[in-house]
Amino acid sequence: MDKNTMGQHISRQFNVELEEIRNKVMAMGGLVEEQIENATMALVSGDVEQAEGVISRDYQVNALEVDIDEESIQILARRQPTAGDLRLIVAVIKTITDLERMGDQAEKVARMAVHLADMERPRNQYSELQHMGDLVRKMLHGALDAFARMDAEAAAKVAQEDLKVDSEYDAIMRQMITFMMEDPRNVKRTLDTMWSARALERIGDHARNICEYVIYLVKGKDVRHITLEQMTKEARD
Amino acid sequence: MSEMTTSSAGSSNNESPKATPTHAIDMSNLGRGRKIISPEDAETCLQIKNLNLFYGDKQALNDISMVIPKQCVTAYIGPSGCGKSTLLRCINRMNDLIDTVRIEGQILLDDQDIYDKDVNVADLRRRVGMVFQKPNPFPKSIYENVAYGLRLQGVKDRRSLDEIVENSLKSAALWDEVKDRLHESALGGSGGPQQRLGIARAIAIEPEVLLLDEPASALDPISTLKIEELIYELKTKYTIVIVTHNMQQAARVSDYTAFMYMGDLIEFGDTNTLFTNPREKQTEDYITGRYG
Repeated sequence: MDKNTMGQHISRQFNVELEEIRNKVMAMGGLVEEQIENATMALVSGDVEQAEGVISRDYQVNALEVDIDEESIQILARRQPTAGDLRLIVAVIKTITDLERMGDQAEKVARMAVHLADMERPRNQYSELQHMGDLVRKMLHGALDAFARMDAEAAAKVAQEDLKVDSEYDAIMRQMITFMMEDPRNVKRTLDTMWSARALERIGDHARNICEYVIYLVKGKDVRHITLEQMTKEARD
Repeated sequence: MSEMTTSSAGSSNNESPKATPTHAIDMSNLGRGRKIISPEDAETCLQIKNLNLFYGDKQALNDISMVIPKQCVTAYIGPSGCGKSTLLRCINRMNDLIDTVRIEGQILLDDQDIYDKDVNVADLRRRVGMVFQKPNPFPKSIYENVAYGLRLQGVKDRRSLDEIVENSLKSAALWDEVKDRLHESALGGSGGPQQRLGIARAIAIEPEVLLLDEPASALDPISTLKIEELIYELKTKYTIVIVTHNMQQAARVSDYTAFMYMGDLIEFGDTNTLFTNPREKQTEDYITGRYG
């Protein structure tokens, strides 16, 4: 299945429906990307207003999930898609679940940003969270890009990035434990920082899931629960 | 949904659903671990070898080779004129009836070439039954329609005739509808029951293979589902080969699907794979409704 054959159904209405659903997934992905970026920025800069903006926009992500789900179900019921079309609908249904959860994690980061804004700020201004936030946002961007271009190899490459996110998360954990041991008065702030790092790490996992759905969509292969090396190999074959 | 299943073939079991204990699930047979049996690995019923068919100068089938597994449903799909019905009709030598047809290659039924000179065609057609697109009951009673083939074979004993007629009608999920009017004309019923009568007539003589040429294309959706349910029941006893224009039907009833295009066999394999991840682009284009 490649992108060039996407819109060549004899039924033009079906082309329109599939194109619309893909566009909506991309729009939803873009919105989630923005939420992650704003949440991280609010946390790093201590901008309460920006953080509250993220929290108040989460309902849009949810609404898109419900809407795309409904359209997918209608297509399943009315068109009985097969082969690549079927895999597209399945990939869409799964992708939006992960996107919605990413949205929730971004909201969580924003709530932590509100808490942390009142507290004393560390010397490095949460630069490690900034870095991690950038990493996962780029992962999501790469995953959506691979989806749009139906590029399995690119998806496998993006999934590899999850390793960096995980090691970044481990480093933050070690650092936070040290802070807490140094001075118990840091515990509250440090815990909030840890929750934020945890939320960002989860976003990385969800982005990796989307990469797996892209490989399924393009290659028809289920690459969940296997090693990254195997996944890369499957995406290339 | 429940209405459809209960109204169909009588032998469906009505056990209350029980949760399967997890220890009873074969963990090696889940998802990716599930074994796909290719047609070549299944027990063979028919083997088609390098079959070429010509209508006069025009070649209608190009070097078809495939195996049809025993007691499974094999479906042929493809656009009109792709040769799927022609191929089906080769299996019980229906094409012999057309003068201009020339056939090369072999079709082996239990390792014997059905195009061999010693093969008795009437005997072959007894072993390979056929049901056509349009219901074609004989202008006789329901009973006589089913008993027709048996009488031709010389069965005279009233009791064994009664028994076979009843069993055939039961297998065709028709007995309950017609048991009180067996001796009325078969032309009275509507399309669905008439088509199931055709199936009852075909299975009365206990064939090994049942060929179905668009058996449901003239029927309404409920009658279609009844025929499909029947196919599902019948495959435990017979090898079924079906030609259908309705792709969803092929997806629903068959174990194996063959896609044909312009006289070529493009792809043949397990139905689940063919409908989720076909190997050939032509297959994908056809089943998803794109320009080829």
